[in-house]
Amino acid sequence: MISIKQVNKTFGKLHALNHVNLELTSGKSYALIGPNGSGKTTLMKSVLGLVVPTSGEIYFDGKLIARDWRYRDKIGYMPQIGRYPENMTIGQLIDMIKNIRQQDTLDEELIDAFKLYKMFDKRMHALSGGTRQKVSAALAFLFNTPVLILDEPTAGLDPVSVELLKEKIQDEKRRGKLLIITSHILSDLDELTTDVAYIYEGKLHYNNSIEALKAETGEKRLGKAIATMITQKQLIDSINA
Amino acid sequence: MTRIVKYIFYDILRTRFILLYTAFLLVSTIALFQLDSDPGKVVMSLLNIVLMVAPLISIVFATIHFYNSYEFIELMLAQPVNRSVIFLSEYMAVAVSLCLAFIAGVGIPMLFYGAGSTGFTLLFCGVVLTLVFTSLAFLASVLTRDKAKAIGIALLFWFYFSLIYDGLLLWVVYTFSDYPLEKVTISLIALNPVDLARIIMLLRLDISALMGYTGAFYKDFLGSNAGAIASVGILLVWVIAPLAWARQIFSKKDL
Repeated sequence: MISIKQVNKTFGKLHALNHVNLELTSGKSYALIGPNGSGKTTLMKSVLGLVVPTSGEIYFDGKLIARDWRYRDKIGYMPQIGRYPENMTIGQLIDMIKNIRQQDTLDEELIDAFKLYKMFDKRMHALSGGTRQKVSAALAFLFNTPVLILDEPTAGLDPVSVELLKEKIQDEKRRGKLLIITSHILSDLDELTTDVAYIYEGKLHYNNSIEALKAETGEKRLGKAIATMITQKQLIDSINA
Repeated sequence: MTRIVKYIFYDILRTRFILLYTAFLLVSTIALFQLDSDPGKVVMSLLNIVLMVAPLISIVFATIHFYNSYEFIELMLAQPVNRSVIFLSEYMAVAVSLCLAFIAGVGIPMLFYGAGSTGFTLLFCGVVLTLVFTSLAFLASVLTRDKAKAIGIALLFWFYFSLIYDGLLLWVVYTFSDYPLEKVTISLIALNPVDLARIIMLLRLDISALMGYTGAFYKDFLGSNAGAIASVGILLVWVIAPLAWARQIFSKKDL
């Protein structure tokens, strides 16, 4: 559904993405992992068209996304740090996005689950980090889009809300949506995703199903499996070097 | 596009800055009309407001507004909305509200006291300069990510066109005063929208005779129909060119 081909992105001297090739297919759920500053968010933003790659192409449903924008009505995006017009209320913000997207099939489950109705007249600048995150999540799921891009969805949420959000993500996964999730909490990803892509210093180092990764490394938990994979890689690299 | 313009418009009205600007223009225009009974002289005094204040307010307000709506722009870009549409909507909303403020603030007292066709030319010059400096503000805003730097660039544009350029022009005229410079100065003036607006106004006010031979030459060229069309055309280029360049940069900008 989304194919990323030979994508490069440089910010001055920093090589944020280095010849990334990745196929994302519908019905699968991808965990995008890597250390801080490895290029996960840049890759997500490139798919959304928020970041323009220095070179390389990204296709959505076989169509080049450069200079196109209509494909974004098939994507729900939850940013890592939600930045919203500060003097709008939650209600106004949600109404505005609905009004601008003009999509009919609305999914307000998360607005209900997080009880955001109670806070509809609160202004964005008065919100705590967690509530802001809830608004981001509610907006990402609002339009029942076939693709969901979630950048550290559970960061900053309280335990009850984390469970609510995880349940929601699993529901959507069961409905056969394409999910792309980054997180540093690997136990969460173990439940929510089927495939794993590991990025390190802008390069894609590993891309396979979680089952395959676990089988390769002989570990039962995703966290352990990834740690083993990384040490194996480092060992191979040190031998080659 | 209209939906997005509506939201930006609403946001601009909420800050009340535009209302203050309108009030300031209203008060100063009425004060000038009260001080002098000759509308021609009042228009002459108003000319200074139009040439200095309107560009300054437009460029500073537009730059600050652009940075204040960065979150809005970021949010919109993750939605199925065209980048150019977002950019042009921002421009439309800011430019239209500044122009309306100017027309209301200067135009209403003029209608009341009666300033005639010179007053109309003044309004036209003010609106075009507002559009030009809003374009320049958008260009300054997309050139850098840093708000303070962008305001610095914006102010530099204003200083350059309002003060520095005239100094350079005077220097050229003075240094080469032994040569016939009429054609050269007229083309140099086209490179500065503020000067162009000033000369259009001075010709309308019929005081070009005070400028001697050069004034007569300006009148001969800019006073003719072809000259008038050319000067308006050049002013429009000053509106469109910086905006088009800014849009080009914005369409490739990372957010």
